Amino acid sequence: MSEADTSWIETALTSARPQAVGALLRYFRDLDTAEEAFQNACLRALKNWPQNGPPRDPAAWLIMVGRNVAIDEVRRTRKQQPLPEDDQAISDLDDAEGALAERLDGSHYRDDILRLMFICCHPQLPATQQIALALRIVSGLTVKQIARAFLVSDAAMEQRITRAKAKVAEAGTPFETPGPVERSERLAGVAAMIYLIFNEGYSASGDTAEIRKPLCEEAIRLARLLLRLFQSEPEIMGLTALILLQHARSAARFAKDGSLILLDDQDRALWNRNMIAEGLALIDKAMRHRRSGPYQIQAAIAALHARAATPEETDWTQIDLLYGALEVVQPSPVVTLNRAVAVSKVRGPQAALDLIEPLAPKLANYFHFYGVRGAFLMQLGRNDEARIAFDRAIALANTSAEAAHIRMHIDRLIRDSQPKGANGGTRQGAKAK
Amino acid sequence: MLYAILCYHDEDFVGSWSKDQDEAVMKKLAVVQDKLTQQGRLGPVARLLPTTAAATLRKEDPPLVLDGPYAETKEQLLGFYIVDCNNLDEALDVARDLGAANPGGAYEVRPVGVFRPGGISA
Repeated sequence: MSEADTSWIETALTSARPQAVGALLRYFRDLDTAEEAFQNACLRALKNWPQNGPPRDPAAWLIMVGRNVAIDEVRRTRKQQPLPEDDQAISDLDDAEGALAERLDGSHYRDDILRLMFICCHPQLPATQQIALALRIVSGLTVKQIARAFLVSDAAMEQRITRAKAKVAEAGTPFETPGPVERSERLAGVAAMIYLIFNEGYSASGDTAEIRKPLCEEAIRLARLLLRLFQSEPEIMGLTALILLQHARSAARFAKDGSLILLDDQDRALWNRNMIAEGLALIDKAMRHRRSGPYQIQAAIAALHARAATPEETDWTQIDLLYGALEVVQPSPVVTLNRAVAVSKVRGPQAALDLIEPLAPKLANYFHFYGVRGAFLMQLGRNDEARIAFDRAIALANTSAEAAHIRMHIDRLIRDSQPKGANGGTRQGAKAK
Repeated sequence: MLYAILCYHDEDFVGSWSKDQDEAVMKKLAVVQDKLTQQGRLGPVARLLPTTAAATLRKEDPPLVLDGPYAETKEQLLGFYIVDCNNLDEALDVARDLGAANPGGAYEVRPVGVFRPGGISA
């Protein structure tokens, strides 16, 4: 271990953080106290570890030191008080001291980490606050780093996190060890939050994708952590597989000018084979449990794309079936819209168009609806109607990359102003990303 | 004598490496590996996917499949090398070189009994 290079300490502190803060939270029952105790422990680690080398179990070291520093603090302030009315708090701490050592080796830490993640996804917190809070508390990113990923000012992010923390404190933290039903509810909440973090990074446009990529990487790290704690949960395997398989394509998703490259047009040689291998292994494992769920189904769809060496080899029939299954467990017009893309490949654009027409009222303000609809109409040679759909899509585009992509279609329409037959040669990947 | 060098490390720690850190470590390890390759002493090398991708078959009757690695420990088996050495000291020297390139964790150095190089390629 070279003396100059202390980046390993940073890494050790980052990797120990969820467990250490989770245990300190159980111990102190107050998030701010727990965070402060962890901070103090980290400061001591930065002093101590370069000389003595890393402790065998960094998380246990940080928990012990963090706890002791905080207790000293309590004692010191108590001495300054005129008369301690009762020593209840301190003797509670002493009782816990003995229990702590054995708990460190026990299975408590699973629930500690789960609890820490779970308080970040309180239903009263809007999605953006959940994500910001999780990145701050669980991942330990600085406010500055989070603000950068969200493209807002440090002050705005600081305020957002403070507000979220106040709401969490108000809601109260569930400290009792969860029963099986509660535990699985918590898992589902945390899984959804991790997926939110991932999407926050994944849905970035080309010009910000690089800045927001750490969000995707952090989501993957948290998903792997959760899966390591709960190894037999097929939906957590599905979630981890899903985000790995999606993130595997990241190097191929944007052109140099920042414009989005559709799945069909991506250079598959740029896909990350290791991530794909891990994702496929996980979905493989998950399916053995025969307890299907939305993450597993979406991961299975992503897996079919990942397995196809060329777009032409994609098993669209299977993808159509999987979207059908997803419609059953998670009915949503967006799912049906995605399924329509598979239907267009299997049964042609007319069948796909028939499938999405009833969605129009629900998706009247949804960019992708008009993009997909326009693409089907174009394939049918109904260019005037396609043009109207594309114009609407541009009006609804969320990012300049989305708008630019639709404009490309329109250019093509203008170029091929002669209507083609129903089987016109345009291979159209309507599915974005 | 063939020795297996089994690489154990805290998976959470290794999983917290940034892409750059990971690549830097792999690059340093490649230097050690290249040296061994030139000496004709390096056999198969594997870096394993995370233990979350593992399943364990307990050889009960009937065999039982469990999710996850065989043992839940603080450090996990993350990969292995097969190297040709004259004795344990030489094998430990190789492990020391690898350890200098990738500090932290532990290498279990274990003589290989049956060795079949096999015919698959990555």
